[in-house]
Order: sequence, then structure tokens, then C-alpha cells
Amino acid sequence: MAAGGEPVLEVTGLGLTIGGARILSGIDLTVGRGELVGVIGPNGAGKTTLFNLVSGIYRPTSGRVLLAGRDVTAASVAVRARAGLGRTFQTSSLFPRLSVAENVRLATQRRRGGSLSVLSFPRRGDAASAEATEHLATVGLTHRADAAAGDLSHGDKRKLEIAVLLAMDSSVVLLDEPMAGVATGDVAGLVEVIRAINASGRTVLMVEHHMDVVLGLADRVAVLHHGELLTCDVPEKVMADETVQSAYLGTTAGTTAGSAA
Amino acid sequence: MSTLILLLATGLGLGGLYFLVASGLSLIYGLMGVLNFAHGSFLTLGAFVGLAAGNLVGAGTWGGLLLGLVVGALTGAAAATATELGLIRPLYDRHIEQVLVTVGLSLATVALFEGIWGPNPRNVTRPGWLASTTDVLGARVPNTAFLNVLAGAVVLGGIVAFLRYTRYGLIIRAGVENRAMVTALGIDVRRAFTLVFAVGGAAAGLGGVLATQSLNYVSPHMGASLLIFAFIVTVIGGMGSLTGAAVASVVVAVLQQLANFYLNNTGDLIVVLLLALVLLVRPSGLLGRPA
Repeated sequence: MAAGGEPVLEVTGLGLTIGGARILSGIDLTVGRGELVGVIGPNGAGKTTLFNLVSGIYRPTSGRVLLAGRDVTAASVAVRARAGLGRTFQTSSLFPRLSVAENVRLATQRRRGGSLSVLSFPRRGDAASAEATEHLATVGLTHRADAAAGDLSHGDKRKLEIAVLLAMDSSVVLLDEPMAGVATGDVAGLVEVIRAINASGRTVLMVEHHMDVVLGLADRVAVLHHGELLTCDVPEKVMADETVQSAYLGTTAGTTAGSAA
Repeated sequence: MSTLILLLATGLGLGGLYFLVASGLSLIYGLMGVLNFAHGSFLTLGAFVGLAAGNLVGAGTWGGLLLGLVVGALTGAAAATATELGLIRPLYDRHIEQVLVTVGLSLATVALFEGIWGPNPRNVTRPGWLASTTDVLGARVPNTAFLNVLAGAVVLGGIVAFLRYTRYGLIIRAGVENRAMVTALGIDVRRAFTLVFAVGGAAAGLGGVLATQSLNYVSPHMGASLLIFAFIVTVIGGMGSLTGAAVASVVVAVLQQLANFYLNNTGDLIVVLLLALVLLVRPSGLLGRPA
């Protein structure tokens, strides 16, 4: 479905310069509704910076960010989140001392809260809690609902982050290295969860070093190098691209592409 | 033996007062990163306005005291809310300026209180029972100590229940852990900021009226003197930790009483030494998270 749907996230001429150093420059990227785009590149290529610009943590020094046609370049993180943009972070985006269920509930009660009256008590049976329970079931964490989020394994933390994204009901989801620190045995399960999120109609933008995962999941792959976008195309073409190979993939390109197929 | 019991009881009572001030300081710092030097002014204002309201019903009556406590808490909450909305919010995320503005407010308000109510302490009239003592295993414990412990426990229980069972409580607990991530979820944390200020101001105002009953006077400077120890309690307990503040309130106050009696009035010195020790050995406080 590459570039099939109408554009939901458009980035034009996006650049960030800090103290004379160009971190990112001239990024043009259009992501269609329902697409899953992988973002790859060597360390320091600007992948996380791109996510921070799109989610609103940094303000770009040039260029614009459009979310569903609306210019959000100057909008805050909270405004973008309410407009349907959710993200995870490389370092965990969870609240370690809150329970697993409470982590999800924070997002569901924001959407369902209506009037957040000061003394409105969240009961186990209310709509926000019920929805949180559903999302936990989707990612397979029901049995850990009352555990502190900080006590979960790496793989379970990633699953919980995804449950939080589901609870935010974001139409565009940014995943920053979802497989980082995840035990090998848990990778396949997490890949299925990401595939299910994408299949439910959500647009996914994913930074990931795990090449098998990117090539297996992505409709298109964007390659960043030294703060510039080398290419963004279907995985097969990206793997065959000579500039990409020399810049990033080097001689291992053939083997990783083979194992992904 | 009876001396020790007396010191422990008065220490617990003083700890209750410390906690009423420290709970707000700790919550505000934990959520917003603001050291609120104006917190003592919420206490003083609550004390004066609360007593004035109580006197309308009758000085030295239980009805008057009860009304005074309610009005004191409401006054503290209103003053804190106005401070947050008018001075803190416009300086969002500029922590140095926020601290400076609270320092300025504390100095200005003390001068204002002196202008209105005079610089000298005024005696208060207490209900008869509060002015007397109760015999506990031979120790004549001032009845105000019981009231202070009760108030501290009720406020601790109330705030814990609020944080654990309400929607805003969940947002505040999450914000104390990671404010940026709460924003990333699309939640506007600024309303939680105002709420935390209001809750902290209410506890301080309540503490102000209670302090007048223990001290037997009301003065424009009572907030500042309690605030110093409340800050020490907050740091020792771990900035942002409510239970840490409760534990440290009792430890600091009891230690202070013991040292004052057995070590030649060195209570304040011992408390500062304890603060130095905690900062050296465990900089994040007794129950705080490592930075």
C-alpha cells in the first residue's frame, strides 16, 4: 500500500541547526494513511532528531510539519498528541512507579475524561479502565496489570508502550527502536503487535536497527545519512540502491536482505 | 521515663505541624520543580484570617476553632491558587525566576502582614481543653500535640487517597515521575500544577491555625520560622516523596525535642547536622529516587 492513502504526515524542507552545526537538513518525506515506514541510518544520522521534530520536542530551524493537512510546526507536544500523533522513546516512555494498568489508564482517561472534575474517582469498572484492560489484552499483558511498570522485562515494557499508544488512539504512531533491549525470543511477538497496529489502520513510522524487522514490516524504508534523506522507497529498491549500500549497509546488505525474505 | 514520653509526644505534635507545611512543598517541587519560598506566607495568612473568622463565632470556643481551621485552609488554598496563576504560570519552565518570585513574594507579604496586624506576636484565646494537658504514663502532654498529630495523619491520609484514587491524583503521580511524558500523552499538566498549589496551600493554611493553638500566639513571622524546618524535612524525606516527608517530619521534630532537652538546646543545630549527613550519604533523601 506504499504511498497509497492520502498523505497523513508531510514533512517539507525540515532542518535543524544547533550552534552552527547542521543536525538535519532539507528532509522531504510524505507518509500516506495506513503506511508503515521504517527509518534507518547509522548512529548519529539524525533519526531520533527527526522524531523529535515531528513530535514537537524540538522546533525546526527550517521547514514545516503537516499532520493530516494541518500545519503543526509551531504546536506543542500535547497539542500534537491530541491531534493524533503518538510516540515511544528510545529510553522508556513509561512511568516506572505506576502500575501497568495505570500507565494505560492515563491515556484512556485523557480521551474519555470529559470534565476532569477534581474528585472524580476512577473506579475499576469505569469506561476508561475497561478500555485500558482491553488494550492490555491486545498486547498480552493482562496478567501483569497490577505490577509496577518498572518491574517489567524489556520486552513487556515495549508491549506496554504499545498498549499506551493504542490507548491514545493515535492515528500516526512513531516508534523509536521498539526492539531495543528486547530478548530474541520476544521479537516475533512484538513484530506481530506492530503489524496488528498497522493493520488496524494506523500509520506507523519506526526507527529500528534490527534490519530483519524493518525489511519484514515496512512498506517503505527511509534512509538517513549525515542528517540528510538519501532515499525513501520500497525495501527491495532501497537494498539495491548503491548510495545506500556504500553509505550504510556496506557488504552486509545481501545477507540481511536475504534473511528478511 | 515521663520526660522521654513528654518529649516524644511534643515531638510528634511538632512533626504534625512540619508535615502540614512540608507536604505541600514536597508535592509542588515533585511535580513542578519549584521551590516555593512563599509557602510560609500561605500559612501566616491562613492563621490570621482563620483566627479572625473564628473570633466571629467566639474566641476560645470549639465552634470558633473549627470554623477557623476551615477558613484557614480555604484562605491558604486561595492564596496559593492566586500565586500559581498570577506569578508561577507566566514563568512556566523558568525555574530560577519562579524561585526568585516566590522569595520576593515571601518578603513582601511578611511586610504586608506587619503593616496590617503589627509586627509583634498577639496572644490567642484557646478552647480550655487545648490549653491544658493530659496525663500519659506520668507525663503531662499538652493537648495541642494530640490535635496536631491527628491533623497531620488526616491530611496525610487525605492526600494519599487523593493521589491514589482520583483522576488528577493519577496525573500528579505520573507528572512527578516524568512531566514531559505526561505532556506527550496529550494531557495538559498545568491544571494539575494549580491543583497541587491549592492542596499544598490548604494544608499550610490549616497548619497556620493549628500552630497558633500550639504556640498560643499569632505573628507575621510564624510562617517563615516553620518554613525553614519544613524545607529541611522535605530535603531529608526526599523531594517529591509524600511518605518521605511524613517520616522525616516525625524524625526531625522528635530529634529536635530530644536534643533541646538532653543536649543543651542544640535541637536546631542537630537538625542541620542531620540534613548535612543525609545530603552527604543519601543526597536524594530517605525515600527519594536517586537523581
